[in-house]
Amino acid sequence: MTRVTQYFKSLLLIELFQGMALTMRYMFKPKYTMRYPMEHIPKSNRFRGLHALRRYANGEERCIACKLCEAVCPALAITIDSAPRAEDGQRRTTRYDIDLFKCIFCGFCEESCPVDSIVETHVHEYHMEHRGENVVTKAQLLAIGDRFEQDIAAARAQDAAYR
Amino acid sequence: MTMADQLIHHLLIPVLFIVAILLPLIISVAMFVYWERKVIGWMHVRMGPNKIGPLGMLQAFADVVKLLLKEVILPTNANKFLYYLAPMLALVPAMAAWAVVPFGPDTVLANVNAGVLYLLAMTSMGVYGIILAGWSSNSRYAMLGAMRAAAQVISYELAMGMSIVCVLVLTGSLNLTAIVNAQSGNFFDWFWLPLLPVFVIYFVSGVAETNRAPFDVAEGESEIVAGFHVEYSGSAFAIFFLAEYANMILVSFLASILFMGGWLSPFPESWGFIGHGGFHWLFIKAFFFAFLFLWFRASFPRYRYDQIMRLGWKVFIPITIVWVLVAGCMKYFGWVHLGTGA
Repeated sequence: MTRVTQYFKSLLLIELFQGMALTMRYMFKPKYTMRYPMEHIPKSNRFRGLHALRRYANGEERCIACKLCEAVCPALAITIDSAPRAEDGQRRTTRYDIDLFKCIFCGFCEESCPVDSIVETHVHEYHMEHRGENVVTKAQLLAIGDRFEQDIAAARAQDAAYR
Repeated sequence: MTMADQLIHHLLIPVLFIVAILLPLIISVAMFVYWERKVIGWMHVRMGPNKIGPLGMLQAFADVVKLLLKEVILPTNANKFLYYLAPMLALVPAMAAWAVVPFGPDTVLANVNAGVLYLLAMTSMGVYGIILAGWSSNSRYAMLGAMRAAAQVISYELAMGMSIVCVLVLTGSLNLTAIVNAQSGNFFDWFWLPLLPVFVIYFVSGVAETNRAPFDVAEGESEIVAGFHVEYSGSAFAIFFLAEYANMILVSFLASILFMGGWLSPFPESWGFIGHGGFHWLFIKAFFFAFLFLWFRASFPRYRYDQIMRLGWKVFIPITIVWVLVAGCMKYFGWVHLGTGA
């Protein structure tokens, strides 16, 4: 009996019509596509993008060359040299390089930083045009920090209660 | 008649007619490709092409320009003559078949009495292009695709031919205009109702004939890359593409002409404008069938090769043979209404 019903089911194409009804329903559904350059998916305030070095409000750089980030970095992407600063003898970095090709954007550097100096911004749309540009220097990192300070501070403020 | 009159009647008007068929055909192929990508996109909950031109409508033309600018590569040890001949052999029958397609009661390029036979001959010719393309490109994938395509097209040609025989039994004519006229009457006098199983088989065989999903083992992207036209690039590939889509549109038109009353209107004559027949009705019907091709492609997974053969030989052909007898009975006992064309 089941074979007979099976036979007529396949002969009458019932399952095929069901499948076509399904695709027809989906044809009129709203589309999930995000038209990327014109539209953006909202980012979390914990988004980990391009790195930046921050300054205090008075313009003093935050980094004290404790090298915790260098130590914690699982990809060995951070290279730091330090020396006493000439003017006041404070301990400061003379070199702070991040190799973006090595970096895995885990955010450990940000978490380990005792003075919230190294942070990861929301910037993820960047590119390099020449070999060697993958290593961002201290000056570049500070410049990124200066440029996006407002965004960085806002994201940190939103997340402050959970840190 | 003077010389000039003869020139006009025997040369100029037919040539203009041919241009008036082929030019819209080529443009509608381009728009059909766009429509296919759009519809399949929607059914996949995507958007489809939407960047080039308004709503992406110029996408197909951009693709054509790209293909025409590309180099046609000749594979090593390929048979040059056959390699370049194959796309032509695929395209010419796909275009030539349009000669007998009637767009209206008097609008047909060649009102020949053996129109259906001519159509069958032309659609069978297409397989030579496919086989030669696979054979001459000196590639095992192309060869496999060509063999699959050939076996499939020949198998389904039988079921397709038998289902057309049912139409011939009812109308008693091989002339496509006469076939449409025999369906005149109301919506339920069209041949889709008395020949319902055959109508379905005809269209499914048409899908298999054109090697479209779910019968696209000849292309089989996942196993043999692209089948018979793997080695073709640039304009040669574009010609295969054009032939495939022209064939799809042809099958859609034929399904509307043979089973859905061609240019006839589904509404009674008294309804004014929409009650009158005309080529717009043919286009609406053909558009629906062309949409079915895309709908199938978005809905069904590809048949396995042995399943295709089983369906063609053990399901379709027996049903069509039985229905030829049924159609004969219908005609003999007068169960079916046959119009004469109003």
